[in-house]
Amino acid sequence: MEPDIIGGLGGGLLIGLASALMLLLIGRIAGISGILGGVVTGGSRAEFPWRLAFVAGLIGGGVLYRLLIGPLVITMQAEGPVLILAGLLVGFGTRIGSGCTSGHGVCGLARRSPRSLAATVLFIGVAALTVFITRHLLS
Amino acid sequence: MKGFITLPTTVAFVCGLIFGLGLSISGMVNPARVIGFLDVAGDWDMTLLLVMGGALAVTAVSFPLITRRSKPVLEQEFVLPTKTRIDKPLISGAILFGVGWGLAGLCPGPALTGLASLSPSLFLFVAAMVAGQLLATSLERS
Repeated sequence: MEPDIIGGLGGGLLIGLASALMLLLIGRIAGISGILGGVVTGGSRAEFPWRLAFVAGLIGGGVLYRLLIGPLVITMQAEGPVLILAGLLVGFGTRIGSGCTSGHGVCGLARRSPRSLAATVLFIGVAALTVFITRHLLS
Repeated sequence: MKGFITLPTTVAFVCGLIFGLGLSISGMVNPARVIGFLDVAGDWDMTLLLVMGGALAVTAVSFPLITRRSKPVLEQEFVLPTKTRIDKPLISGAILFGVGWGLAGLCPGPALTGLASLSPSLFLFVAAMVAGQLLATSLERS
């Protein structure tokens, strides 16, 4: 696929803006796996309302895009058992690894956290290796 | 609902909206774009790098300025991660997440925002993701 330079940079700036506003206004990190985890695993009661609101907003952002701009283009790369396995790994891994692309990749790196740098390098590297193995070596 | 619609939860909702809009505009909701970035031996698509770069350009500059404040605007204190050690759970978690991300091209944010497409596959993925989180939590507690 041709890289989308304007969309990529513009979307990235919005993601950074949302993360900065969260920290400035309510003092929380926009780490999506942790926020979702707090909602579904019955974490802190006091933290529940803002977390649920953020998740609702995240889905609402996709709705807003459909209303204002156009259809969401989603071309699935896995289906069935592989998709379920991938979901289990993403949920399990981000929970024990304390974060995902947003929490470690965007917020943690901005905080100059060595943990987040290690996690980000590792999950991008392992993901690229997984793609190489499944799409080049095995097919 | 009483006590739920407060200024902080409204802020969280609006930040979620902006974040989700960013994921949609950048094409990160499309697993094909993410796999295109991860597939370095194939037809490499650098869009994800631009997204992370754009986001980090804002956060890397603003975060240190924001945390210099004694407290956030609407709350009494900053709630930041306290762990500093690169320990085994961090490493094994990042590896397992990486495998899952590489298999489907989906991470938590795009999967949630993508639910707006009403694609049954994404609902299946999110259900599995939540199950994985619950499994990890029950293991941590035992």
